[in-house]
Amino acid sequence: MSEPYLHQGAGQRIQKDLLTRWYRQLEEAPGRGEKVAYLFISGNIGELLQAFGMRLVYPEVNALQCGIKKAAGANILAAEDMGYSGDVCGYVKNDIGLMAKGNHMPHGTQLPPPDLLVCNYAGCATYLRWFEALSRYYGAEMVVLDVPYLQGTEGPAPEQVRYVVRQLEELCRVCERVTGRPFDHAGYRRALELSRRSEGLWVEILQSARRRPSPIDAYFEAVFFMAPLYVMRGTPECLGYYEAVHAEVMERVLRGLGPAAAEEVRIVVEGPPPWPHFRAFGELFKRWGAVCVASTYSKVGGVWDFGFRHDPGRPMESMAEYMLGCYTNRNWAMRSRMIRDYVRDYQADALVIHSVKSCRSFSVGQADLREQFIRDFGVPTLFIESDLADPRYFAAAQMKNRIDAFFEALEHRRVTAGA
Amino acid sequence: MSRLESLFSAARAAVEDTEFRALRAWKEEQPGRHCVGFFPVYAPQELLWAAGALPVALWGGGDQVEVERADARLQSFICSISRSTLELGMTGRLDFLDGILFSSLCDVARNLSGVWQRNFPGMLCEYLHYPQNPASGGARDYYRGELERLAGRLAAVTGTEVTAERLEHAIGLYERQRALLRSLAAVRTAEPWRLSLEEHAALLRSCGRRDPRAQNAVLEELLALLPARECRRRDGVRVVLEGSFCEQPPMDLLRVLDEAHCFVVDSDLGRGMNWFRRPLARGDDPWDDLVAAYFESAEPSVVRHHDSAERSARLVERARAHRADGVVFCTAKFCEPALYDFVLHKAALEREGIPFLSVEFEEKMASFESIRTQAETFSESILFFAEEKEAVS
Repeated sequence: MSEPYLHQGAGQRIQKDLLTRWYRQLEEAPGRGEKVAYLFISGNIGELLQAFGMRLVYPEVNALQCGIKKAAGANILAAEDMGYSGDVCGYVKNDIGLMAKGNHMPHGTQLPPPDLLVCNYAGCATYLRWFEALSRYYGAEMVVLDVPYLQGTEGPAPEQVRYVVRQLEELCRVCERVTGRPFDHAGYRRALELSRRSEGLWVEILQSARRRPSPIDAYFEAVFFMAPLYVMRGTPECLGYYEAVHAEVMERVLRGLGPAAAEEVRIVVEGPPPWPHFRAFGELFKRWGAVCVASTYSKVGGVWDFGFRHDPGRPMESMAEYMLGCYTNRNWAMRSRMIRDYVRDYQADALVIHSVKSCRSFSVGQADLREQFIRDFGVPTLFIESDLADPRYFAAAQMKNRIDAFFEALEHRRVTAGA
Repeated sequence: MSRLESLFSAARAAVEDTEFRALRAWKEEQPGRHCVGFFPVYAPQELLWAAGALPVALWGGGDQVEVERADARLQSFICSISRSTLELGMTGRLDFLDGILFSSLCDVARNLSGVWQRNFPGMLCEYLHYPQNPASGGARDYYRGELERLAGRLAAVTGTEVTAERLEHAIGLYERQRALLRSLAAVRTAEPWRLSLEEHAALLRSCGRRDPRAQNAVLEELLALLPARECRRRDGVRVVLEGSFCEQPPMDLLRVLDEAHCFVVDSDLGRGMNWFRRPLARGDDPWDDLVAAYFESAEPSVVRHHDSAERSARLVERARAHRADGVVFCTAKFCEPALYDFVLHKAALEREGIPFLSVEFEEKMASFESIRTQAETFSESILFFAEEKEAVS
């Protein structure tokens, strides 16, 4: 008789509980007199803002939730009624439409308005336009953290780190004024230590996909696993979550289990998923036994798998380096190298690029990446298009045809190569 | 053809020549000359000139270029100017450039720098980050560092170090050009029929296509000739045109606005050429002057972050100062910055009771009749309501 599972389903179940609690705390924040900061996922400075006792709202996470719960379409239309074009980011429109309709999330929570808009502008100019609009609509103070785009291939330059550190220090003065609380240096360092440990576990979880079969799907599963690290990094709950997921994944490894009954194809995925059609999209890969072994979207909130960790010994500097090193703040030479490393290190058979109209920061350059991977690197590459937020851009039949044709061709290649 | 007409015609030819014959010839005239292209909106042209390179404005391909090769590199939801500029590169028409400069105006332009670097490894391709946090005490130092870094990279190609003297001289040259452009804009504001919008746009764009010394001489001559130009006063509505700061509207669209009696008396056409709203304050250090000007003298623009309320307030202020009857939003298809700003501006204009019209364009659009109808209806409704208001009062 085999041993019973100890950790089955922990990754998704605990994540759900954590987020439910998180949203409840947000709703209750104004009643408790807690200040609320809005900020973005990429390069977020959650640990620092929490050191002022602030509650954090991530509009991108709200947009993602609305997308997956099929509520984004109506929010987007509400924003378009206000004058927003069909050609601008669906996340922005979801958020503004949500606000116009009273900020009620699909699961019932009412989001609190911001006391401070912290535009951690890492790798996305749309972030600026988004919070400029929120600043006008809510009448809230907006602070920009200007994070210069990385150049070259060697990571952040010292002057870039200095510039961002200076801004973080300036932000602390703003937070002291807004919250009426002094900066809790010791608390901030403690949070960074918790982050560092969570990040280490997260990397081990991600790198478990180097095994055959991979115990995780580094896209369709990892996008859930990544959530606590992005929204509540630096908390004991976050660390506890990664300990649980780590245990679950290691148990899968022991049992030789993976997300597919039989792992037929190993893929690397570049680009965000189509949230309003997430399940249907996943099924299109599942039926071919395709398992994602590495993805870039699961790094959108931070890239840790090349060695970076938040460092309580260098609290501001490491935060600045984290912000600068965000995936979409990396130039294309860096992004391309990272994906090529994934294909090699995770022994992937193919690259799948899901290009979304909403996010130019992600998508402009992806078609060129396809050319590079096919022609220069000889990696079979599938390029498909839809959107991460707007359900109107998902053409199910076309998507299925493209994906089927690609995997058929891959299979044919494998069969004929073996003949 | 009169002298004036021939100057206009030459300006237009300089802008529409997608083979860049005149610039190639200019470069070959003297050994050691260099050309560096810059993608809109703003580029510190003074710095490029001081580094021994002629700044070349990349205005896209207009309706002259079929986008074929670049289609494989950029998705269909990307603005025309990015696609046609890449096409110009991929078809060898920009091979006379010694370098190219992109900046942080939007995510498309930023990422395009990476596509460029990969596809043209032999060409210097630089990315300049304009600070987006003007409130930070570190922003000016960072920006100065960026300019110095750029100067160093340019010097490696041109062999010319940017000295304070060279920069000082270049600032003088471009300050003169901006002053002349302000005078030209004033002609259009006072008597829009004296200088058509197409002519005005061609002159603006040609600034990025000629040796600034020669261009300044052309502008001076034009300004001397314009007062005596035979023209007939025309009736119409006065409008501010907004949203065309990067990709430029087709000339036919601009002509249609004139023909529909929508007289553009102020605009953000070719904003990079008119980036500063006032002459630069000059001190002891030209580098500092250039840095300070970016923070203190630039026109509010959606491509650099500052208080967005200030941007809308400035649009209203420009409309009032130019005695405009309305605003025409003339936005490039898929231009996210302009499309975001439109919503905020729209609310401000509605509050102020300023009528507006919104039209979209693409480089290769072939028909302007629906825009003509929209513009005619817009100007007629303004005239009608003005008469009605007068009758009531």
